[in-house]
Amino acid sequence: MLRVLGEIAPEADLAALKPDVAFRDQLDLDSMDLLNVVIGLHAALGVEIPEADYSSLVTPDGCVDYLLSKLER
Amino acid sequence: MPILTADMTAGTLTTWRKRVGDAVKRGDIIAEVETDKGLIDVEVFTSGVIESILVPAGATVPTGTVLALIREEAGAPLSVAPSTPVEPVPAAAPAERPAPAPPGAIAEVPGRPRISPLARKVAVELGVDPASVRGTGPGGAVTREDVERAAAARLKPPARPVEPPDRQARMRQLIGAAMARSKREIPHYYLGTTIDMSRAMTWLAEENLKRPVTERLLPGTLLMKATALALREVPELNAVGRGAEAVPSPAIHIGVAISLRGGGLVAPALHDADRRSLGDLMTGLRDLVRRARSGGLRSSELSDATITVTSLGEQGVETVFGIIYPPQVAIVGFGKVVDRPWVVEGRIVVRPVLAATLSADHRVSYGHRGGLFLAAVDRLLQEPGRL
Repeated sequence: MLRVLGEIAPEADLAALKPDVAFRDQLDLDSMDLLNVVIGLHAALGVEIPEADYSSLVTPDGCVDYLLSKLER
Repeated sequence: MPILTADMTAGTLTTWRKRVGDAVKRGDIIAEVETDKGLIDVEVFTSGVIESILVPAGATVPTGTVLALIREEAGAPLSVAPSTPVEPVPAAAPAERPAPAPPGAIAEVPGRPRISPLARKVAVELGVDPASVRGTGPGGAVTREDVERAAAARLKPPARPVEPPDRQARMRQLIGAAMARSKREIPHYYLGTTIDMSRAMTWLAEENLKRPVTERLLPGTLLMKATALALREVPELNAVGRGAEAVPSPAIHIGVAISLRGGGLVAPALHDADRRSLGDLMTGLRDLVRRARSGGLRSSELSDATITVTSLGEQGVETVFGIIYPPQVAIVGFGKVVDRPWVVEGRIVVRPVLAATLSADHRVSYGHRGGLFLAAVDRLLQEPGRL
């Protein structure tokens, strides 16, 4: 997840990301960035993320929990 | 040849507006130059008579090349140094230090401060008296950086020496100057409408379920395609302005306003937006955003836009009225999609709606035509499957 974010927001200090604060607020991501994150995660992990689940990716913790749940299935 | 972008190395002088022997005064347009930002009018910042033209029309020359010599009424020949264009954009280097332009780029009029045309232009824009600026250029000439430092020092007394503006600050300054000129010279009119987006958003969600993740569409794709198709119905909004006249463009290249990471703005063109499928537009848009933010935009993308579309919906803005970016004659704005009460067959229901706006040049089009354009955008978005 951090690698994908790093490709989209290379100027960001990902080590300082707050786990419970929205990505959009910390990294100034827009919908194009979010789509690129989803595409990047799909390529890296093989996880298909439908648009209806985008709300689960709002924060770093939410994103990790979501990905783990998809990978465990 | 002026330096107009950070990576510009040459430009083509397409048309001379003056001839040898013509008298010119400060502010006159002397030539048209084609650059990666489009056709630019080159202004002179001195008065005199054109003594010789050094670059023929049609020639492409490196930035910094002296284009012509002007004989001032009471002095030695003065070279026409590249001046800040009418559409200033971030420049990497000041025109007073171009190679191989001779030091004659600096004014040599006795009794007046030695200052380059570019620095004088910036001084006018920033309200700085060149005579009050200490020059650090060759022979004490006043440079652009000297003028900018003087302006910054005047606004806020520094506790420590004022640093020259960084690149982002310069971009803001140049964009601001371009927008100020646009507002000053283009008589804008403004129109707005609210569009029911329920059909478009429903169609988009259903369409994206069918598509692999790499081919998903964003709402902005629908907005740009609707804009492009609406421009076929009102072509005078898709034109290149030349003062009070405009030449409609046969192609529709939508300039997409893209915010740069860390600050700044660029509006490269999505070419032939009316003739591309939604999927192709989305692929093009993704690629454009990627290259805009990482570097690698092509000159044609910087110069070819025939209209600009801007959206601040993702920042929560519901309505945006843009400022026309010359030589375009209109700019379209889209806001955030929000749920609002909406009347359908006499009943109040909740619908996702979006504010669409048009800022247009009143010398080129009238409000009636602008209204038809917005109505067409609305109509097209009610049948998203046909976009």
